[in-house]
Amino acid sequence: MTGPGILSALTFLPLVGVFMLLFVRNDDEAGKNAARHIALWTTVATFVLACLAWSRFDNSAPGFQMVEQMGWAGGGLVYKMGVDGISFPFVVLTAFLMPFCILASWKSIDTRVSEYMIAFLVLETLMIGVFCALDLVLFYLFFEGGLIPMFLIIGIWGGKRRIYASFKFFLYTLVGSLLMLIAIMWMANYAHTTDITTLLQTKFPVDAQKWLWLAFFASFAVKMPMWPVHTWLPDAHVEAPTAGSVILAGILLKMGGYGFLRFSLPMFPEASHHFAPLVFALSVIAIVYTSLVALVQEDIKKLIAYSSVAHMGFVTMGMFAMNQQGVQGAVFQMVSHGLVSGALFLCVGVIYDRMHTREIAAYGGLVHRMPLYAVAFMLFTMANVGLPGTSGFVGEFLTLLGTFAANSKVAFFATSGVILSAAYALYLYRRVIFGKLEKPELASIQDLSMREVAILAPLFFLVIYYGVHPAPIMDASAASVAQLVKSLGSEPGPIKAAALATH
Amino acid sequence: MAMSVALAHALPEAILFVGALLLVLIGAIRGEKSAPLVAELAMAVLTLAGVAIVVSSKRHGEVFDGAFIDDGFARFMKMLVLVGSLGSLVLSRDYLRREGIDQFEYPILILLSTLGMLMLTSANNLLALYLGLELMSLALYVVAAFHRDNVKASEAGLKYFVLGALSSGMLLYGASLIYGYTGTLSFHGIAAALKSGPNVGVIFGLVFLMAGLAFKMSTVPFHMWTPDVYEGAPTPVTAFFASAPKMAAVAITARVVMSAFPGIVHEWRQIVVFISIASMAVGSFAAIGQQNIKRLMAYSSIGHMGFALVALAAGSEMGVRGLAVYVAIYLVMTLGVFAAILHMRVNGKAVENISDLSGLSRTNGWLAFALAMLMFSLAGVPPLAGFFAKYYAFLAAVQAGLFPLAVIGVLLSAVAAYYYLRIVKIMYFDAPAPAFDPAPFSVRAVLALSTALVFLFWIYPAPIVEAAGAAARALF
Repeated sequence: MTGPGILSALTFLPLVGVFMLLFVRNDDEAGKNAARHIALWTTVATFVLACLAWSRFDNSAPGFQMVEQMGWAGGGLVYKMGVDGISFPFVVLTAFLMPFCILASWKSIDTRVSEYMIAFLVLETLMIGVFCALDLVLFYLFFEGGLIPMFLIIGIWGGKRRIYASFKFFLYTLVGSLLMLIAIMWMANYAHTTDITTLLQTKFPVDAQKWLWLAFFASFAVKMPMWPVHTWLPDAHVEAPTAGSVILAGILLKMGGYGFLRFSLPMFPEASHHFAPLVFALSVIAIVYTSLVALVQEDIKKLIAYSSVAHMGFVTMGMFAMNQQGVQGAVFQMVSHGLVSGALFLCVGVIYDRMHTREIAAYGGLVHRMPLYAVAFMLFTMANVGLPGTSGFVGEFLTLLGTFAANSKVAFFATSGVILSAAYALYLYRRVIFGKLEKPELASIQDLSMREVAILAPLFFLVIYYGVHPAPIMDASAASVAQLVKSLGSEPGPIKAAALATH
Repeated sequence: MAMSVALAHALPEAILFVGALLLVLIGAIRGEKSAPLVAELAMAVLTLAGVAIVVSSKRHGEVFDGAFIDDGFARFMKMLVLVGSLGSLVLSRDYLRREGIDQFEYPILILLSTLGMLMLTSANNLLALYLGLELMSLALYVVAAFHRDNVKASEAGLKYFVLGALSSGMLLYGASLIYGYTGTLSFHGIAAALKSGPNVGVIFGLVFLMAGLAFKMSTVPFHMWTPDVYEGAPTPVTAFFASAPKMAAVAITARVVMSAFPGIVHEWRQIVVFISIASMAVGSFAAIGQQNIKRLMAYSSIGHMGFALVALAAGSEMGVRGLAVYVAIYLVMTLGVFAAILHMRVNGKAVENISDLSGLSRTNGWLAFALAMLMFSLAGVPPLAGFFAKYYAFLAAVQAGLFPLAVIGVLLSAVAAYYYLRIVKIMYFDAPAPAFDPAPFSVRAVLALSTALVFLFWIYPAPIVEAAGAAARALF
């Protein structure tokens, strides 16, 4: 029994902002601005606290750190929080992205501002909670609770087909998660605890493992999302407001990957080996098929959404390679994708705020009026392609390396996805940025404002920084991943030394 | 001496009985003007009965020749019944006055019906069961048609009466078969007679008995009356129907199967599983097309009884605990939703179409928020109370190895989530309809209390979960 500590503070700090927002009146400009400022400073404070936690984080320890445990109200429920090298990068990523989401909504959200900010802050609490929870039921509470604010964000502040998109998002995710809930109950009965650290040591019978694995897979595959249950994502992305898309792509998708690493792989190792070919197959289909689909999209956000599905294919593939390079690559790819796709959606938000359309055909020749924007958009496009020197490269390379060691055929097909991603991304860039500036309504479009530069600059810097120096994330996750890989019992592989040399 | 011990165990029932008689006197002497006073006194009597349960001895007691049992389970369920009756009585005051049916008989009928429910909850043999059931139902038939100038209300009352009489007949037939094959009416006696194994005659009787109880719980295939009665009856009466009698019916069902038929779990489990799946399915799919919010709540209640029975199907102590937690949370949610429905009044006229809620978040933000939370909770989305209800119910089913039931249940709960979300969508995403009139304090208080309980349950679930656990232990 230890009392609340820094992780609880981190998780529940946004609720303090929510409490303040309850007293903000919405009907005048001053109230709206007050709501924006409260939300911004709350998220900044949360990020500062996350950095403080990072300074305390011990990279060399493979187990859980900063563990807090409290009795929680009977009925076999326990409140237990803690982080390790797999979860901690996501905590920091969440805290890092939130201020940008608030800033990105500064001008574009003008109705029901304080409700909007409340939804985002509640969502932040739930997202950080997902990554910190060390009790299965607590995890599930945070994991599912996120549906409510996201449903409202898409449904209230979304685009034209927001209602369809919000229902699809909610119901897809709910069905997957409910099956996981049944599995959680079975595990609770079998092990007589929902403590994740204990469950990680529990040996589940192999037959049961397969069912449990499938139940967890139903939830995480929808959340990731993996082909063929990815169809909610393009709809949700297209209809969500910019900041909603950033959170969806940046954090919510990562919960699926995190779930695989936290639960599926270590708790059901035999089942994971058994089903690895299935995951490989679905991942490769996702990489190739959704890349092809992305090529023909007319809507910028939809294109990026499909590219997200393809990139998540690399992540699942790397994880189920079950070696150090693959899994670490997957963690890195998720963090990198959180930055890159978040930045791309922010870039789309910039031109959407000006022109109120996401049709690719409505743009062209922006480089003549918006040189700064063209530079930023180019970097993030390149990072999305996985150009060496950007963070996108490190993750893709490591997952492919890990997969090659596990199954060279899969790696072969997946690599073709890299080429396809270059094709759709460059094709998009050419159509939006290059060419003649012919459309009359684009003639007076303004380049990035100070606020937009302030949003994109840190991401710009980080994408390059992690591209040439991925060590901060690699070192944080190395020990925990090594322990995970060891528990999976797969062969280390001859190229381990080479991979370790890269970070 | 024996009599005083017996009365000590049956103190809440005695309070209600004496209270109801005194109120009839007051009403008869003072006439129509006494309605507000009688209503207030009725609330006081219900509260007093609740206090009697809380302070009464925690001893287990079987009195009146074993016909009446006072144990932890009965006390827990009686508290729920009293909360339901009290809540719906609080909600009814303003509505009845506005509709011009504010008569002193109404609270007295509620008291008598509640008395029947308490007796039902404590019944320990088939005769006491029937006695309690009929006392409860007779008063319910009358209150269903209480708005007697209203065609729909009269139809609701008549429908409920005819179908209720049929179900009572089936229940009696079942009880007589069980008596014939076991030679006893007492639950313990039946359990003892069945020690040697199942007996076709008893199983036959059990089916009929369960049919009668399923009718009172409004579970499929005996649910047909529910949507019509919910829609036709005055809204506070619907709130009453949705809360207190459900608690009593669930309580007696659990007691019958657990204490009279523990030896033939496999046999009755099939019945419960069937009723449960059928109710969840009908409740989930039939609600989708509803336009009237009271009808929607009727199907919702059918579905929720199905979920509660998932826990009962486990046939274990965990199962009874899950059932008790489920109905307790359902009671809070349903009272809250009906408070919100009573809030729906435009220019002095009550409205009950779902489309009337359109854009409510802009005209009345707090009401929309409260109703949205209740809807998410009914859908079972964490961290709201409804999730914990489902969690403990399904936990028991999974522990008992009923995986197909659990999987079907969660999938149907996802279907049900659709229509709860639809209400949230209408309130939050659509353009505003005319604003509602301000609601009286009593309605707002019930709504606020129930929303607070649903919203904050996760912080401290212990009291309800542990009380339910203690109640469940009493049955084993």
